[in-house]
Amino acid sequence: MSGHGEVQFDEMHGPDGSVRPAYRDYAAWMAEQDARWLHRKSQEAEGFFRRTGITFNVYGEDDAEERLIPFDMVPRIITSSEWRRLSRGIEQRVRALNAFMHDLYHRQEIIRSGRLPERLFRNNPAWLPEMVGFTPPGGVYTHIVGIDLVRTGPDEFLVLEDNARTPSGVSYMLENRETMMAMFPELFARVKVQPVSNYPRRLAKSLAACAPAGTPDMPVVAVLTPGIYNSAYFEHAFLADQMGAELVEGSDLRVVDGRVQMRTTRGYRPIDVLYRRVDDEFLDPLTFKPDSLLGVPGIMDVYRAGGITIANAPGTGIGDDKAIYSFMPEIVEFYTGEKPQLPNVQTWRCADPDSLKYVLEHLSELVVKEVHGSGGYGMLIGPAASKRELAEFRAKLTASPSNYIAQPTLALSTVPVFAKAGLAPRHVDLRPFVLVSPEGIEVTPGGLTRVALKKGSLVVNSSQGGGTKDSWVLDD
Amino acid sequence: MLGRVANGIFWMYRYLERAENTARLLAAGHRMAMTRGADAAVEEWRSVLTTLGLLQSYEAHHHDFSSAHVCDFVLRGKDNPESVLAMIEAARFNARMCRSALTLEVWEAINEGWMAQRELLLRPVRITGLWQVLAAIRRESTLVRGATHDSMLRNESYCFARAGTFIERADNTARILDVKYYLLLPSLAYVGSALDTAQWENILRSLSGERAYRWLNAGRMDSRSIAEFLILDERFPRSLAFSYAAIRDTLTVLARLHGNEGPAHEIMRLAAQQLTGGSIDEIFDSGLHEFLLAFIVRNRDVANAIAEQYRFTA
Repeated sequence: MSGHGEVQFDEMHGPDGSVRPAYRDYAAWMAEQDARWLHRKSQEAEGFFRRTGITFNVYGEDDAEERLIPFDMVPRIITSSEWRRLSRGIEQRVRALNAFMHDLYHRQEIIRSGRLPERLFRNNPAWLPEMVGFTPPGGVYTHIVGIDLVRTGPDEFLVLEDNARTPSGVSYMLENRETMMAMFPELFARVKVQPVSNYPRRLAKSLAACAPAGTPDMPVVAVLTPGIYNSAYFEHAFLADQMGAELVEGSDLRVVDGRVQMRTTRGYRPIDVLYRRVDDEFLDPLTFKPDSLLGVPGIMDVYRAGGITIANAPGTGIGDDKAIYSFMPEIVEFYTGEKPQLPNVQTWRCADPDSLKYVLEHLSELVVKEVHGSGGYGMLIGPAASKRELAEFRAKLTASPSNYIAQPTLALSTVPVFAKAGLAPRHVDLRPFVLVSPEGIEVTPGGLTRVALKKGSLVVNSSQGGGTKDSWVLDD
Repeated sequence: MLGRVANGIFWMYRYLERAENTARLLAAGHRMAMTRGADAAVEEWRSVLTTLGLLQSYEAHHHDFSSAHVCDFVLRGKDNPESVLAMIEAARFNARMCRSALTLEVWEAINEGWMAQRELLLRPVRITGLWQVLAAIRRESTLVRGATHDSMLRNESYCFARAGTFIERADNTARILDVKYYLLLPSLAYVGSALDTAQWENILRSLSGERAYRWLNAGRMDSRSIAEFLILDERFPRSLAFSYAAIRDTLTVLARLHGNEGPAHEIMRLAAQQLTGGSIDEIFDSGLHEFLLAFIVRNRDVANAIAEQYRFTA
């Protein structure tokens, strides 16, 4: 499917074919390279990823095959002034998100002021009554946030989604850069790019700064993974390794003497900060899903007694809710007292009868998403849908309108990929990663660029055949 | 480090070692089978399968002992859960589980080896290509050990890697020696005959020890000195004595890292005494088979004591 007649903004080339300033040095370098050599390099990249084991498991496939996320070697480039503007907007949004979480689990001023309807979190499974009245160590709820951005023009960056639960993909940001530097060292001598490699160190520092009050100087940090069959297992292991933290599974942990402890070769040892990559509902079988084997029985009691930091805090998943998303401009303004620097994508809340009417009338032009869905599952892309799919979605929408939001089909920006016949524009998005601690908010320069590899496709999710690119923020 | 990870590392190296020893055993068996008559070849393959503990499950699926069938079953048999391919998969699975306790060098060695062997073992192995496959298996294991030796901190991970390697190696060497001796040499009257010499040479070859032995013994070849070489010679890296010296060293380092010894150290001390306490003549006098059986049981006790003391499981 392609955008409907609107001119798509290509980040590398202007409409007249000229190279935009961000790509000037890169394009000059590329023009000097032999095309056959570049093709060989492109094939080498895959071998590089396979050898280092950067794979992900695909849910729902019989033999849990390890797959590679395709990597494209043309970088996605952002100038430093563009980035400064973006990162200010991201920081503002994350600040607001964190304040919003605190408010939702305390006085709920935003509800009382009438800016946010109460129904959005009552009966919302992502909102946890267990968190009411409790403040996490350091007041931090969203230790790690991924903000999904799309671009529609030279100055038009929009927020598509907030990932406040457990954003993934940061290992690809790091490995994509490593791969590029290994393949084209001379390119990095020529174009100055802001580094991302210190992310794991900053993550470790940021997590340590969120340790419970009274923790000794060197807090013990561990990464909790659901295990080797999880789709993001590689990332969990990678981050633990890079931080010098233990990679633990539920079966390694137990509550001993009021602390969450891990079974080491020397016996049980307490953990101060748990960077968990396990969803809320599996975290504690005594509090949430009773049959969960992925979590730790009793961890919520320890948490509420101040014995451990859980990152991100339980109950932050409500920030990923797409109905909440539609209120983010109000939320930002309410907590920061400022106008949002990064706009949302226009969103129709189908819970609202007028909006529903509009959405049903324009279904074939819109993108419809489940409010609790993620990863591109359970979504309708109107212009690409068959008559039957449209009819099915129409029925779902009518049956439970408040489960859905709708957005226009955006003319997402494109960046060229290296295809057989040369450069070919493909749609991209960008997920920068943000760290929050009492010491401040840090946005890593760059992030994960996901790219739709099929011509005209707007779906960039890796679970649906998207690829990734190295994302550069120029240093000048 | 985590007990679960210690367990994973221990078994990763055990599986790798076993895959390598299995490849060696197949190589020696194949050589024997080729240079003998059909009956001797069947006996040879029976003994290989017995050594590997696979005779029963092989007979459940196959009715002949052709080299092609035996090798295919041992290397990649779908109905053989202990095939070399399954061991390599298991080793890599453990490596993934313990990824953060391994260096990049070790991970790449095991991951690349796994990729190569999956490719090699995708289709039935042709006897003409057997050497290439067996050499690749040995090479992977060697590369991983080399990467381990060269890149890993001398910390707990390294200790459990070594412990796994040498527990498995000692077990394998004892089994090879036992099966050959017990099954193929029912009577000591055979000792010294032409067949006998070839069988003993074959044992050495199964353990990559034929050159070392010849070099040490100036061409002499007798069962007693070969047994002595494989059991008691601390210079030969696949001997029981060498393996036990390595495990003792490893346990000493662990005791230093942890600041205390435990039951595993005590059990190891006793096992080492039983192994090296007597001469080869004493071992033969009281029965080599009995000696090796007792060794295999004690070796398992040592492994269990290590697992328990270092909390491999909850």
